[in-house]
Amino acid sequence: MMNEQVNESQLHAYVDAAIGDGERAAVEAHLASHPEDAARVSAYRAQNEALHRAFDAVLDEPHSLRVGAARPSAPARWRWGAALAATFVGGAVLGALLHAGYAGRSTSASGAAIARQAALAHAAYLPEVRHPVEVAASDEQHLVAWLSKRLDTPVRAPSLVSAGYQLLGGRLLPPAGEAGTAPVALFMYENAQGKRLSLLVRREPSGSVTAFRFAKQGVTNVFYWIDGPLGYALAGEIDRDELSEVAKRVYAQLNP
Amino acid sequence: MSAFTAAEVEALIPRLRRFARALTGSREEADDLTQDTLERAWNKRELWQAGTNLRAWLFAVMHRVFINGTRRRRPTESLDALQGGLAERADDGASAETAVAVRELREALLRLPDEQRQVLLLVGLEQFSYAEAAGVLNVPIGTVMSRLARGRERLRQLLEEGSPDRHGLRRVK
Repeated sequence: MMNEQVNESQLHAYVDAAIGDGERAAVEAHLASHPEDAARVSAYRAQNEALHRAFDAVLDEPHSLRVGAARPSAPARWRWGAALAATFVGGAVLGALLHAGYAGRSTSASGAAIARQAALAHAAYLPEVRHPVEVAASDEQHLVAWLSKRLDTPVRAPSLVSAGYQLLGGRLLPPAGEAGTAPVALFMYENAQGKRLSLLVRREPSGSVTAFRFAKQGVTNVFYWIDGPLGYALAGEIDRDELSEVAKRVYAQLNP
Repeated sequence: MSAFTAAEVEALIPRLRRFARALTGSREEADDLTQDTLERAWNKRELWQAGTNLRAWLFAVMHRVFINGTRRRRPTESLDALQGGLAERADDGASAETAVAVRELREALLRLPDEQRQVLLLVGLEQFSYAEAAGVLNVPIGTVMSRLARGRERLRQLLEEGSPDRHGLRRVK
C-alpha cells in the first residue's frame, strides 16, 4: 500500500473490526512490515476473546434483580418466543434427521460433505431457544472478528434482511475432518415466522470454485458452493426455490 | 408514560451484570451495582430519549452509579470472590489451562485503573462502538481511544508477566 502512515487508533479500530476497507488494507500493509505492531494487534484481539471466555457465563446465570417497581412475571431475556413453535417442530424432526444424516451415504465429494455438515449443524442448533448462537447478532462486530480470527481468514455475515431474515448470531463448530483442521463458522438467521436458516462457512483446502449445488438431508434442504478458500452451505427447511433465492443473495453479498 | 418498558430493561440485565462483574470482580458488588443501576434508570426513565440506544443509556447510568459509589471496591477485597467464580465456565469443557488463563485475565483486569478497565470492557466485551463508549462515559472519543490504547497495552504487559503473585498482591493494599 502506498500509505504507510498508520496511527494507534487505526490499529485499535482494526482489532475491533471498526475500520473501512481502504483503511484496513493500509493497516494490513503496515502490519506486514511491522511485526511488533502485528504482535500487539494479535494480543489485543486475544484480549477481546479472553474477555468473552471469562465473563460470558454471567449472561446465563440466574439472578434475582428486578427493574424498578414493576416486576414482570415472565423473564423477557430471550426474545425468541415467536420461534418457540417452530423450534418444537424442529426438535421433533431432529432425531429422524440426525439419524438420516449419520446413516447417510458417505460420499467422497467434499462438496457433499459440507452440505451434510451444514444440515447436521442446522438440525442440532435449530431447536435451541436460549442458545442457538454463541455470540448474538447484537455483537456482530465481535462475531465477525472472532470467527475471522478462528478461521484465519476474513469471514462475513451476509445481511439477509432483504429476504426477511435477521441475523441471530453465530457460533464456532469443530473442524470437519475432510476439510482440514480449521474450525467452522455457523451463522444463524431467523425470519418473522421463526423459521431459521443456517449458513456454514469453512476453509476449503482445494481452493476450487464450484457452481451452486443442491442437497437434501431428511427435511433439510441445502445449497452449497465453494468459492476459492471458503466453502459455504446454506441449510434450512424452506422449499428449494425459496432457499435458492436466499443462497443467491448470500452469494451476491459475498461477491459484490 | 415512560418511553421504555420494564421488560425491555429486564432483557438487558444479563448484559449489565456481565459488565458489572468484569468491572468490579465480585458477584456481590456487581449485583449491587446492577440493582442500583436498575432503580436509578427506572426512576429517571423520563430522561431517556425514545429512539436512542437503550443499552448505551443504561450503561451510562451504570457508569454514573459506579463513579458515584463508595470507593470500597478494591482488588484485595475482590480476589476471594474471583476464586469463587472460576468453576463457572467448566460447562464448556474448558481445560485447566483455560481456567488459569481466565483467572489471570480477571486478576490483571482488576489491576488496571478503573477508567482504562471501563473502556476496555465497553469496547472489548460489550462491543460498543468508540462513539457509543464515549457517550456512555461522557468523555470525548479521543479520550476513549487513549484509554483504550493504554489499557490494552497495560493488560498485555500484565498478562505477559504471567500470573501475579496473589499473596503479594493482597499485602500491597
